[in-house]
Amino acid sequence: MANSVAEMPARQTSFRSERTAWQKLKASPNWLGFWYMMPAMGILILFLAYPLGLGVWLSFTDTKIGRAGVFIGLENYIWLWEDRVFWTSVFNTLLYTTVASAAKFVIGLYLALLLNKHLPFKAMIRALVLIPFIVPTVLSAIAFWWIYDAQFSIISWSLRQLGWIDHNINFLGDVWNARWSTIFANVWRGVPFIAITLLAGLQTVSPSLYEAATLDGATPWQRFRHITYPLLTPIIAVVMTFSVLFTFTDFQLIWALTRGGPVNATHLMATLSYQRAIIAGQLGEGAAISTAMIPFLLAAIGIAWYGLQTRKWQQGGSNE
Amino acid sequence: MSNVGAIQDSAGRQATAGSNATADHSEGMGYLETLPRRVVTTYIPLLLILFVLLFPFYWMALTAVKPDHQLIEMDKVSPFWTWEPTFKHIHKLLFESDYPRWLWNTMFIATCATFISLVASVLAAYAIVRLRFKGAVTVGALIFLAYLVPPSILFIPLATVIYKVGLFDTPLALILVYPTILIPFSTWLLMGYFKTIPYELEECALIDGATRAQILIKIILPLAVPGLISAFIFSFTLCWNEFIYALTFLSSTQNKTVPVAIVNEFVDGDIYRWGSLMAGALAGSLPLVILYAFFVEHYVSAMTGAVKE
Repeated sequence: MANSVAEMPARQTSFRSERTAWQKLKASPNWLGFWYMMPAMGILILFLAYPLGLGVWLSFTDTKIGRAGVFIGLENYIWLWEDRVFWTSVFNTLLYTTVASAAKFVIGLYLALLLNKHLPFKAMIRALVLIPFIVPTVLSAIAFWWIYDAQFSIISWSLRQLGWIDHNINFLGDVWNARWSTIFANVWRGVPFIAITLLAGLQTVSPSLYEAATLDGATPWQRFRHITYPLLTPIIAVVMTFSVLFTFTDFQLIWALTRGGPVNATHLMATLSYQRAIIAGQLGEGAAISTAMIPFLLAAIGIAWYGLQTRKWQQGGSNE
Repeated sequence: MSNVGAIQDSAGRQATAGSNATADHSEGMGYLETLPRRVVTTYIPLLLILFVLLFPFYWMALTAVKPDHQLIEMDKVSPFWTWEPTFKHIHKLLFESDYPRWLWNTMFIATCATFISLVASVLAAYAIVRLRFKGAVTVGALIFLAYLVPPSILFIPLATVIYKVGLFDTPLALILVYPTILIPFSTWLLMGYFKTIPYELEECALIDGATRAQILIKIILPLAVPGLISAFIFSFTLCWNEFIYALTFLSSTQNKTVPVAIVNEFVDGDIYRWGSLMAGALAGSLPLVILYAFFVEHYVSAMTGAVKE
């Protein structure tokens, strides 16, 4: 099919050799392609590629809001290297990403396996599961803010009624409580996405494989380990890359819940860069924090890519 | 590059995968499980997870209609229900605040940005899949990579760009910037749909003398309507959800979008703010949930399609 596409214009030219250069150009896939790609590439270059480069450049300058900066080399990075708050934010980001992504994966996969069974009202359950993903993060974060309220938290109230605790839990006021609370809210928001995408993957696995394995005496765990998991690996790799990337660069959930507090205990790199760049006006320093996120992102993408390649090679795909 | 090829192959297959699986799906092995066993291994965990996933919305809705005094007197009345619902908070929200204005801003920005992205994505996806210009595969891969660039590392330089071109604090800034999030996603989704349309249709039209533009508008687009709806709904939701750009690029109260306004304008330290805050969150979520309820299948296919490719 691909060949016929390429041949089309060529064949036309041979039929009608009197065509002008302009007509030839108009029919050329490269010329047409260029114009068709224009709007998309224009927007992406202007508002994505250019700012990406500009951000790296800004991180080497002392630009402030309302004042153009000069090149100062690595000064911003040296400054950050000695900044304890920055290292706290790196630690928080890594903790947040690792714990939340692992939890999202386990719960999401479990939920996907549950939803893949024969269930009454299956379509409705699936639709309900996705709702946390539909509702804007900030709005659900506000609901969590209320649920985590220091005095009137419904969780504290319920646990007190059950007699499990005698004081209200200070969800967002205590360093570690705040970290776990934000991680929980993130997991809550991310599970539906992972569950539904993995479910779509599970539905492509033929049930006859499981029947054959069961006849051969495989236990449920063996069926999962040797049929479901290998067949699902490519989609798991892609889904988890997205999940890790978006968790790592999360901003809105933290900003709506804690704004980085208490005492910077929940600052992620993204929230810290916002605080330094926009609120404090130190654009250069904020840009340096954002730029420091790039190596982590590249590593995550690299691992996923590598995982996909290895898996494909194991399954006998070509290894060009 | 082999990976990109494989990724593209899977796109076409993926569109039909769902129906294949159902065709193959006879009874499965569900009948091997007894009812009590199913209750313990399936229904109870499922109900628990559903409860946790949906409780915040129940709590949001309940708080929005609870009278103020009940919010803090948890020991006198059970907090899980109210017999005296009030529309005070919702009324205050709709008639005594800028909320309708924020809702309008959000909708306007989301609609315009989605529309721009869809036009750009349709053209780009068609060019990559069917025009096969030189370097089409590379461009496709680059667009996919653009999907992986998160807004959190772009907002600082973008703020300086927006400021320089004089778009600061205007809706146009967001309308132009949001497509950077939407185009990569929609392009990949539409590429998958376009590939499932048989090339022979296009060949016939070419022989009859149709131009590429005519083919795109009269043949491809009508056949790709489900894909267009998916891309539209998902993009619209993403716009509605976007926060960091809106927070950075907009400063005056009347220009804000719902998520930003809720976080910045409602937080006044009042102990009774929760009612109106939850009403605001509810009113901001409902339009999307209603839209979603009508197009669940498109939504799911957008989500899984974009990931699977």
